[in-house]
Amino acid sequence: MNTDNLIRIEYFCEQYNVEFSFINALKESGLINLVVVEESSYLSTEDLKGLEKLIRLHYELGINLEGIDVISNLLNQLEDLQQELTAAKNKLKFLGME
Amino acid sequence: MDFIDYYKILELPKTASEADIKSAYRKLARKYHPDVNPNNKEAEKKFKEINEANEVLSDPEKRKKYDTYGKDWKHADAFEEAKKQQRQSQHASGQQFSGEYGNDFSDFFESMFGGQAGSRSRQTKFRGQDLNAELHLTLNDVYKPHQQTLNVNGKNIRLSFPAGIENGQTIKVGGHGAPGVNGGPNGDLYITFQIENTTKFKRNGSDLNTSVDVDLYTALLGGDLLVETFDGKVKLKVAPETQSGTVVKLKGKGFPVYKKENHFGDLYITFKVNLPTNLSEKEKELLQELKKIRSHEH
Repeated sequence: MNTDNLIRIEYFCEQYNVEFSFINALKESGLINLVVVEESSYLSTEDLKGLEKLIRLHYELGINLEGIDVISNLLNQLEDLQQELTAAKNKLKFLGME
Repeated sequence: MDFIDYYKILELPKTASEADIKSAYRKLARKYHPDVNPNNKEAEKKFKEINEANEVLSDPEKRKKYDTYGKDWKHADAFEEAKKQQRQSQHASGQQFSGEYGNDFSDFFESMFGGQAGSRSRQTKFRGQDLNAELHLTLNDVYKPHQQTLNVNGKNIRLSFPAGIENGQTIKVGGHGAPGVNGGPNGDLYITFQIENTTKFKRNGSDLNTSVDVDLYTALLGGDLLVETFDGKVKLKVAPETQSGTVVKLKGKGFPVYKKENHFGDLYITFKVNLPTNLSEKEKELLQELKKIRSHEH
């Protein structure tokens, strides 16, 4: 399998100065997906931004895994609501009510 | 440049202990951290203030300098001279955010403490900060794929946007944000589109609506009408006895569907029947006659 867009987890942990156990716990909680290629775990570069956010929530704000899970869900809901709000605003504009 | 009251920012008295500062900082950081306040400029501003206040107050040397010269920051150089002889390398035990948002300090801070924050951040590689920009375009601009050159971080980048972008839509341009920290990858650029509509068409997603005036006789007897669509005029058949307010749909004559090449929404045309004015005597006579015929027949 092509690993061009994948980052080996050991390398990621070393570069970001985070414990492997934390990344593993995120994976166990279903908060991130890891790709296994020939017995090595990799992270997709597409998921890098999301993982950085989880790391900041944990290391900078001292939020535990359960808290990160709740916040992630709420942030996803917030994003959905913001998209709905934009669509509703455009609809109101169309109806001449804004 | 104004004096900044760092104690006020952290909601602390001047007598606050190191533990008080750490605790207040953590509490406020959890509240205003940009990761938990997406797209909230106010929270981001507040977070930077909190971060800066912590940078100063959690470092005993900086705090002392600030307490002594804070309001008279212009005289702080004298303090620096006096300290030169006894300067030692001191490291505070406080925490400094090293991620996307931690290194942007006020002019007041730069003036008192120089350009750099303390060397306390974790030497980790982080993506650069994401940048947000607003692009104002017209409805005509987004009817076709649009190319635009933007100046980002002093570099001109040429971007192509697909047709059919919505008002308020945000598009990510990967890798064009701020440079990474400690060699990390660049952040992303997020462009939010504000689309001004000065046309006579109203947009509803990929559908367009407009109204067309029809004269009384064409509405009554039927006929051909040249109507304007977004990309040119088309000939439209008006059925006999068309009522004012009748809506007809022109399939595929609406707005392009975003990221679906050659897919278009529909154009809805509302007919507005215009009654003639300034009637001549002859016209009035004939209309009276028509009225009579109508009342006899019904």
